[in-house]
Amino acid sequence: MSATDERERPPAAERAPVLRAAAGIALYAAAFGASFGAVSVGSGLSLAQTMVLSLVMFSGASQFAFAGVVAAGGSPFAAAAAALLLGVRNAFYGVPLAPVLRPHGLGRLGTAHLVIDETTAMSVGRPTPALQRYAFWATGLSLCLLWQVGTLTGALVGRAVDPAAFGLDAAAPAAFLALLWPRLAQPAQRWAALAGAAVAVALVPVAPQGVPVLAAAGVAVLAGLRSGPAHQEAG
Amino acid sequence: MSTLWVGLVVAALGCYLIKLAGLSLPGRVLQHPRVQRVAAFLPVAMLAALVAVQLVDGGQRYALDWRVLAGMAAAVVALLLRRGFLVVFLTAVVVTAVLRLLT
Repeated sequence: MSATDERERPPAAERAPVLRAAAGIALYAAAFGASFGAVSVGSGLSLAQTMVLSLVMFSGASQFAFAGVVAAGGSPFAAAAAALLLGVRNAFYGVPLAPVLRPHGLGRLGTAHLVIDETTAMSVGRPTPALQRYAFWATGLSLCLLWQVGTLTGALVGRAVDPAAFGLDAAAPAAFLALLWPRLAQPAQRWAALAGAAVAVALVPVAPQGVPVLAAAGVAVLAGLRSGPAHQEAG
Repeated sequence: MSTLWVGLVVAALGCYLIKLAGLSLPGRVLQHPRVQRVAAFLPVAMLAALVAVQLVDGGQRYALDWRVLAGMAAAVVALLLRRGFLVVFLTAVVVTAVLRLLT
């Protein structure tokens, strides 16, 4: 906060397109949040539990996974494991973001909360560090606010209706598929998706609920280790 | 505190701490090539598994609802037409809801 370039605001001409994209993402987050709220209360979670997930966990895929495993009758710990495993990718987003955001002290605690798919995607790839920081904060703050508003609205509406009657049992799988879709353009990712789905489906009748999705993480580990150029013992 | 609350709070705080760790850990660890390769496959494999399980799981047995599958098929068409998240999502929900209303 002492260095001048840390405080520098990008020019208005560069800020405008970032703000427009951030507003679009925040609107989608409101809709996605509303679907999460409806799915969550439809899964048997209370309004308070639904809001704690959105406020504290604040990571869409992990939240849907938690509600999904609970809905399927899995134990809360299987649900927690699935949510945590899906949350692991957020740690990797910190790698490119840390040198740009340069968080320190208590600021790090607030910054960390906003490290998610959307803020990372919006930030990395911008031409200047100032614009990268601006994109991170503009996206993170607007998305976080509308995510909470969306969740609350969806949970309140969802409680008033039978989720299945409104097709909301298709909401979570459709939302995940839409999130997955861009990654499926890469053949290696497509194979990992197919293998993960196949392993999980095969385990449904034999494994405790929640385990099939966790087993797919094993597919990711195998795919990641196999895809490497070398297999030496690393020091 | 119910077990559900305990699991929920552990998961929520854990997810936050994972984010904090990413910003705090030495880059050397997370930049390890093997760690990065596994991380690249984690979301896609797990999310695909979640979608598949949600479509077939009837509580440790297979249970398919053709109306949900039809809704998902419509969502795939919307994705192939390069529609945005909201359109894809609403397509699946509306198709499933209408089919359920009619049948």
